[in-house]
Amino acid sequence: MSRLTAAGIGVTYDGVPVVVGVDLVVGPGEWVAIIGPNGAGKTSLLRALAGTIAHGGVVAVDGVEVSALPRRAVARRIALVAQRPVLPDGMVVSDYVLLGRTPHLGYLAVESDRDVEIALGALDRLAAGGLASRRLGSLSGGERQRVVLARALAQQADILLLDEPTTSLDVGHAQQVLELVDELRLERRMAVVAAIHDLTLAAQYADRLMLLAGGRVVAEGTPEQVLTEEEVAGFSGAHVSIVRGPGGEVVVVPRRR
Amino acid sequence: MSRIVVAVSGAVLLAAAAAAILIGPAALSPGAVFKEVLSHVPFVHIDSGLDPRQSAIVWELRVPRMVLAALVGATLSLAGGAYQGVFRNPLADPYLLGVAAGAGLGATVAIVSVGSGSALVPVAAFVGAIGAVAAAYSLGSAAGGQRSGATLILAGVAVAAFLTAAQTFVQQQNADSIREVYSWILGRLGTAGWSEVALMTPYAVVSVTVIMVHRRLLDVLSVGEEEARALGVRPERVRAAVVVAATVGTAGAVAVSGLIGFVGIVVPHVVRLMVGASYRAILPLSIVCGSAFLVIADLIARSALGPAEIPIGVITAFVGGPFFLVVLRTSRRGVM
Repeated sequence: MSRLTAAGIGVTYDGVPVVVGVDLVVGPGEWVAIIGPNGAGKTSLLRALAGTIAHGGVVAVDGVEVSALPRRAVARRIALVAQRPVLPDGMVVSDYVLLGRTPHLGYLAVESDRDVEIALGALDRLAAGGLASRRLGSLSGGERQRVVLARALAQQADILLLDEPTTSLDVGHAQQVLELVDELRLERRMAVVAAIHDLTLAAQYADRLMLLAGGRVVAEGTPEQVLTEEEVAGFSGAHVSIVRGPGGEVVVVPRRR
Repeated sequence: MSRIVVAVSGAVLLAAAAAAILIGPAALSPGAVFKEVLSHVPFVHIDSGLDPRQSAIVWELRVPRMVLAALVGATLSLAGGAYQGVFRNPLADPYLLGVAAGAGLGATVAIVSVGSGSALVPVAAFVGAIGAVAAAYSLGSAAGGQRSGATLILAGVAVAAFLTAAQTFVQQQNADSIREVYSWILGRLGTAGWSEVALMTPYAVVSVTVIMVHRRLLDVLSVGEEEARALGVRPERVRAAVVVAATVGTAGAVAVSGLIGFVGIVVPHVVRLMVGASYRAILPLSIVCGSAFLVIADLIARSALGPAEIPIGVITAFVGGPFFLVVLRTSRRGVM
């Protein structure tokens, strides 16, 4: 169980700032969704949190600055699921999931039986045990996403960063993936930060939303606070109606002008 | 599946090795040849019944030549597979970063100045090979290549073009030795003896060991540099270690056998098509298949038009090219 703290995160590409002064605290078992239009800086923010790109500001796990830790130690605490993960076609699923054990292994070490067990366990946990001997190139979109999540799970990090985990999935599979993430964060008290472009799904799964526009945080709070018609129109130029579902949940409905 | 592949490849290698020491212009009985080989095993006392000249044909000509072909084939295939891994590029081969051009220049300069028989030729080829990769690496790093393999490849292309131009110039200025230079460039194992084996072995051992211990990390790199970083790996560090090891092995191979093309690019691909994309399977099998391939190619090179020898580089491409196309056609999987 860990708490992720980020303060004053800034990312600059070729002198152009894409993320500016973002502060974020995510506690154990908490889910924060990052929303915002394309190009708002969501992916760059997640990369900065994972430490895979150069950035300004401070990222800390349980008060320890990650920049002071070796890369492997960071990867044992923070797992990142990229927006478009690279899945080598010819690689077998179980070998791919086993890559999640990398941060737990010495530079030249070989996986032990226990590592294999953890990887296969992760696949089973995501109801994907049957895929273990398949090749990555033969998987459907929903299966791919499960396998990628299984790799992150095998990493046994308690902070999970997800970059658009439901892109390219239909509604049913998107829900399945988000349900799985939700179960995992409750079961393992994982802190989850996910960039999600579907506002209704973001509102249904996250405890808090953080609205980014132009690399800055423009609104933050519960879904009810952040998702107002004015706010959505203001940041994305979208015309939407905010209505309430049968359970009182926020539903964002696109409207034709 | 992959167990069958391992068993078959191993059997092919053994059969190729046996054929290579049995077949030759001097007709020797198989039994006597095997006894002769056995008699050199420590603590085995056996008389092959061969006269000293025949015995030398087996032990001083055929066996070292077969061993050298196997060593060179294994090293080039492994280096090629490793390069394809660190650069995530199906066109990568052991000569990617300028090894061939550097060795070519070194050997050409040595041949035109001291003659093709000189012991300086392999040394010059080795130095040229290492120098070319060192130049490509430092240029690539200076241009930001530390974080991206692509810049490094481009630096290698630039260095190779420059050194090839220099080599062509030197060759044209010394037109009388064009034949020797050309024969060196096409690769040959005809002069192979135990001294070449002794020269090559340390480089092969270091190169194979370092690359093999990195095979898990090559799998990690196969998901891309960003994700590898997120898994706690430094791609540039793995790349540096593997490039140095592959370069040392390739330079050693080039020094003793010239520029044998096609082995390093095709063998890892054939293996990949048979066993899938994990480097944990590709690399060890590339060693076995690369040895077998070059032993067979050399056997064809020296017996097809015997007693004349065909340059082995011609055989590897002439036989390897169509073979690769057949494998590619029958496989439904992609190359990377």
